[in-house]
Amino acid sequence: MATEVLMPALSPTMEEGTLAKWLVKEGDTVASGDIIAEIETDKATMEFEAVDEGVIGKILVAAGTEGVKVNTPIAILVAEGEDVPAEGAKAETAPAPAALSGEEGKTAAPAAASAPAAPKVDTSPDWPEGTAMKTQTVREALRDAMAEEMRSTDEVFVMGEEVAEYQGAYKITQGLLDEFGARRVIDTPITEHGFAGIGVGAAFGGLRPIVEFMTFNFAMQAIDHIINSAAKTLYMSGGQMGCPIVFRGPNGAAARVGAQHSQCYAAWYSQIPGLKVVMPYSAADAKGLLKTAIRDPNPVIFLENEILYGRSFEVPVLDDFTVPFGKAKIWREGSDVTIVSFGIGMTYALDAAERLAKDGIEAEVIDLRTIRPMDTDAILASVMKTNRLITVEEGFPQGSVGNYITSVVMQQAFDYLDAPVINLAGKDVPMPYAANLEKLALVTTDEVVEAARKVTYR
Amino acid sequence: MATRKSTSKSNVSAEELLSYYRDMLLIRRFEEKAGQLYGMGLIGGFCHLYIGQEAVVVGLEATAKEGDKRITSYRDHGHMLACGMDPKGVMAELTGREGGYSKGKGGSMHMFSKEKHFYGGHGIVGAQVPLGAGLAFSDKYKGNDNVTFTYFGDGAANQGQVYETYNMAMLWDLPVIFVIENNKYAMGTSVQRATKSPSLWERGAAYGIKGEEVDGMDVLAVKAAGEKAVAHCRAGKGPYILEVMTYRYRGHSMSDPAKYRTRDEVQKMRAERDAIEHVRDLLLQGKHATEDDLKTIDKDIKAVVNEAAEFSKESPEPALEELWTDIYA
Repeated sequence: MATEVLMPALSPTMEEGTLAKWLVKEGDTVASGDIIAEIETDKATMEFEAVDEGVIGKILVAAGTEGVKVNTPIAILVAEGEDVPAEGAKAETAPAPAALSGEEGKTAAPAAASAPAAPKVDTSPDWPEGTAMKTQTVREALRDAMAEEMRSTDEVFVMGEEVAEYQGAYKITQGLLDEFGARRVIDTPITEHGFAGIGVGAAFGGLRPIVEFMTFNFAMQAIDHIINSAAKTLYMSGGQMGCPIVFRGPNGAAARVGAQHSQCYAAWYSQIPGLKVVMPYSAADAKGLLKTAIRDPNPVIFLENEILYGRSFEVPVLDDFTVPFGKAKIWREGSDVTIVSFGIGMTYALDAAERLAKDGIEAEVIDLRTIRPMDTDAILASVMKTNRLITVEEGFPQGSVGNYITSVVMQQAFDYLDAPVINLAGKDVPMPYAANLEKLALVTTDEVVEAARKVTYR
Repeated sequence: MATRKSTSKSNVSAEELLSYYRDMLLIRRFEEKAGQLYGMGLIGGFCHLYIGQEAVVVGLEATAKEGDKRITSYRDHGHMLACGMDPKGVMAELTGREGGYSKGKGGSMHMFSKEKHFYGGHGIVGAQVPLGAGLAFSDKYKGNDNVTFTYFGDGAANQGQVYETYNMAMLWDLPVIFVIENNKYAMGTSVQRATKSPSLWERGAAYGIKGEEVDGMDVLAVKAAGEKAVAHCRAGKGPYILEVMTYRYRGHSMSDPAKYRTRDEVQKMRAERDAIEHVRDLLLQGKHATEDDLKTIDKDIKAVVNEAAEFSKESPEPALEELWTDIYA
């Protein structure tokens, strides 16, 4: 049976090319793998191999022809002794490629661009009224969360630098080695890229790893595995291969540790579909959110803060206390201005709200708790009440979490705004070491107060 | 510590030999067809063919048992076929269709099968190495005797994460077989232009990992070395390295003009060392099969590949709603 040899596509972008040279002539016998022609693409001259065996019955496109479209028949291959089909008679050819472009522009628009709907805010309390409380540091709360989940599920283990024998560089894993042993509390060498990859592989294999980074600054060595391996695999596998893993550790500025140890990654990770991003402020949230993170079937980035580790808060005494993702917490109600923050930014937001109250400005302070998924409804509902919005975070200003919140509010509550939104962030500089400059580089309570006065015109 | 180049060969039955022939031929014909479909514009993007390297995966799969895992790079079609994944589903993923293993959302470089314990298909050079060690970690943690075949190329062998992984795999006695598929060229850079190390497997010695060089154009040599490596790992003795010397006949990807090597070099390998021809000779010389028997196999395989190609064209493109699914579990 005669077969048409078609002009091949030889690169992802090739639509046409030049048939530079024929290396066979009519009547030649070819075998699979023989070079039959040279074809010039937009990038290079490529050799074109025969994929079937047979005799070159007819050459349809002469050497030197430019602009030959992909899939144009360029020759006819016949079997030994077979005649070339007469002009017009159709040789067997594979069907023309189907349109691959899809229906561009007809896909569903992302939720943010859809018509504004009334925000639905979940205001249910995190624990029942009357629950007994105890005072705990964030550090203890995090440790308890891991210990409780490890007690209930054997697949949960923790790995990282100094997590076992040293009891944690910041003592978050204190006591875990004694209780769970070296099989489940694993000291790694200093090798972030490698152990992050091993953690992700272990999650693919059915375990639920908690990978501790001594700080998230070091996780930049591992970011390929966090994003390319952990976050994207569920999608790339058509839903087959999930990655239940928690990457946790301190994030952001501590005190006087300079540029390479003082970066906030909230905005970075919150950009990635497939990741969930958590940044607790209080001890209760640290505990309840970490337990939720460990149970979540997806990769979770859990951003802690060294300065908050030692702070004490009230934590409910419950057998199994969890906090759901995507539910912001309103720390303080107010009607004059909304302040949205998360993590250590909450300390400035709450301090500022107290000072503002003394001057008669009532701020509503919202703690996002999870950056992705984000409780935008809570923000919108508050903005619809106060008509003013300030965001507070320690990360860099360009492409900040606050910038994203602003765009959501612009699209869904533009008419409710009585003043431009102000995004407060760290300064647009690498973190300096000098004490006075470091202070200047961070967001401050003064700046929050000033911003609130500006948007309330007071 | 280190052992020498393997010279031992497996004793195999005629039946096994025939099955290797079939499996290798399936990969070759499948890849030729994929090249053809790429030329027709039905397969897009990057497409890395496995033609020439078939004996590596077929020889190693012959040593695997149920529960063993495998993971590799973006040159992954051969690995998927060798572990029993359906050629139809693989081809339909190449054409980006709903019937593909990833519903058309992964493509040539990103395919998975939980059922066959195939963990990808990874597009970032070297990333599969710690991931493979992590899979092995999960088996050791669970206390079974499964092993993980972690394939990577001579190019990936220069990535830092490979050595981070060697260190931890040995430290924790992980049951992982590191299979370096040395096809002599990392895209256009020959091994000699990328390293002064005389061999890649010997680098494992720095971490105390045993290994050996294997003739990757001889499926029986690959199988023999694989058996040794598997036994080592199953016995809880930690990782093992196989540097399998192989050759890819085609370019790095479909758009590679391959100017970094001569046509003669490729033709010489094809003519003198082809892994499929080797088994064909063994079958005929040993009178395990006749020319006609082999022709029948050829025909059957062509039919399987044509069926896969047809399926990959007829399967519809994914529904537009698929854009928004499988982002979170």
